[in-house]
Amino acid sequence: MVVADYSPETINIEQESDIVTARQVGRNMSKLFGFGTITQSRIATSISELARNIYLYAGTGTITISPVEREGVIGLQITANDSGPGIPDIRQALDDGYSTSGALGAGLPGVKRMMDEFEIHSTLGEGTRVIVVKWSD
Amino acid sequence: MVTRSFREEYVKILRDYLSAQGEDQLYGAQQLGKWMLSRDISPEEITDLHAQALEQLGEVPEFVRSSFSILTEVMIEYGNEHRSVNSWRNRHQQMESEIAVAKAMQQSLLPSEVPVYPELEIGVVSIAAKQISGDYYDFIEQTEGRFGVAIADITGKGMPAAMCMSMVKYAIDSLGQMELGPDEMLHHLNRIVGRNIDPSMFVTMLFGSYDSKEHCFRYAMAGHEPGFLYRSAEGKFYDLEGRGNALGLCPNSEYAVQEIHLEINDVLILLTDGVTECKNNRYYLQREELVHHLQKEVGNSAQKMANGLYNRLLLLSQFDLLDDYTMIVLRRT
Repeated sequence: MVVADYSPETINIEQESDIVTARQVGRNMSKLFGFGTITQSRIATSISELARNIYLYAGTGTITISPVEREGVIGLQITANDSGPGIPDIRQALDDGYSTSGALGAGLPGVKRMMDEFEIHSTLGEGTRVIVVKWSD
Repeated sequence: MVTRSFREEYVKILRDYLSAQGEDQLYGAQQLGKWMLSRDISPEEITDLHAQALEQLGEVPEFVRSSFSILTEVMIEYGNEHRSVNSWRNRHQQMESEIAVAKAMQQSLLPSEVPVYPELEIGVVSIAAKQISGDYYDFIEQTEGRFGVAIADITGKGMPAAMCMSMVKYAIDSLGQMELGPDEMLHHLNRIVGRNIDPSMFVTMLFGSYDSKEHCFRYAMAGHEPGFLYRSAEGKFYDLEGRGNALGLCPNSEYAVQEIHLEINDVLILLTDGVTECKNNRYYLQREELVHHLQKEVGNSAQKMANGLYNRLLLLSQFDLLDDYTMIVLRRT
C-alpha cells in the first residue's frame, strides 16, 4: 500500500455531531490500512477524546487525520488544533488523578497510553495542538 | 499482548465448556483470568479474544458479531481505567519507598542514645503515629556537668512536619554551641522558625538545661504541653509551670525561665500532646487520669516508667495511636 495515495482529512469541530464524524473518518481510515479491531476502536476513542476537548473547552477547532509511513510501517496521525484558552499546566493535564476529576484536558492520559506517539503544545490564550500517532501492529 | 498459544488455550476452554458446561471449565476460566490480569491484558483485548474464539467454533450470526463493536467500545473505557490504576500503583510504590528513606533520615535526626550522668536516670519513648513523626527531642551536651534537653511538637504530621523538624534540629545544633539560657534559646529559635516555615505552621517546645551536679533544671516553654514534676517526699505530681508563645507565631515573643530543684527520687516528665491527648474510646484522657496512671509507675526506673506508661496508654486507646507520642523521664537517684 502506498500511503502517499491517501490524502489527509480535516474535520471542523463545531458541534457534538462533528465528534462522531471525526470518529467515523478515523475508523474508516484505520480499517482501510488494515488495523485490527481493537486498534480501530482505540483510534476512534482517541479521536473522540481529542475532539471532545476541543468542543468542551475551546468551542471550535479541527481534527486532521493523516496516513503516515516510517521505515515501511504504516500509521495514522491525528492532529487536534484549537485556538482556545490553552492548558495552564500540561504535566498536570496528563496526570491521571487530575484529568479524571473532569477538569481541563479530560481524557488526555488515556489518549497518551492508547497511542504510540504523543505530542502536545499549548500556549495560554492562544490554543492547543495535540499530535498523536498510532502505528499498525 | 495476547499470544497465539494463549488464544488457543482460550478457544479450548470455551469449546470444552460449550460441550460439557462443567464447573471445572469455569474454574479453568477463573485461573486464566488471574493469569490475564498478571499479564496486563486489557478488557478490550479480552472482548476481541472472545469474538475471535466464537468465529473458530462455528457460524456466528451477524447480529452477534456486530454486537461486539459495542462491547469493545465500552470496554476501552475500562481498559483506560485499568492502565491508569497500574500507573497509580507504580507511583504509590515509588512514594512508599521515598517515605521509607525519609523515615530513616528522620530517625537519624533523633538521638540514638540518652546521655549518662551520675545520680540521674533518663528514659525516652518516642513513637510516630504514622511513618513520619512531627515530634522532636534532643539532648545537647553542655559544659560543667550540664546538658540541654529539647522536646517539641511540630503542627501537623507527615512530610511537612518532618521537613520543619530538620530545620529545628539544625538550628538547635548551631545555637547549642553558644550555651544560651533556655529563654534566649527559645527567643532565637522563634525568629528562625518564624522566618522559615509556612505561616500556617508552628512549633511548640520546652527547652531546658539540667545541672547534674546541683540537680537543678532550668527551662522555658513555648506553647508546649506542660509536663509533670513528681515530688517523692509528698508523693504528688505537679504541672510544670511556664508559658510563652509557640515558635513561629510572632516575631518578638519573650520567654521566661523557670527553675526546679530535684530531690532524691523526684521525677521530671516531659511530653508532647500525643501523650495527654490519648483517646480512650470516645473521650480524651484527662490530665488527672494521666496522673493516676503515672502514679502506678512511681518507683520504677526512668526507662521502665516511660515504657510502662506508654503500654498503659496504648492499651487504653485500644492500640490506636492518633498522634505522635514522645515522653522523656528524668529521675534523680
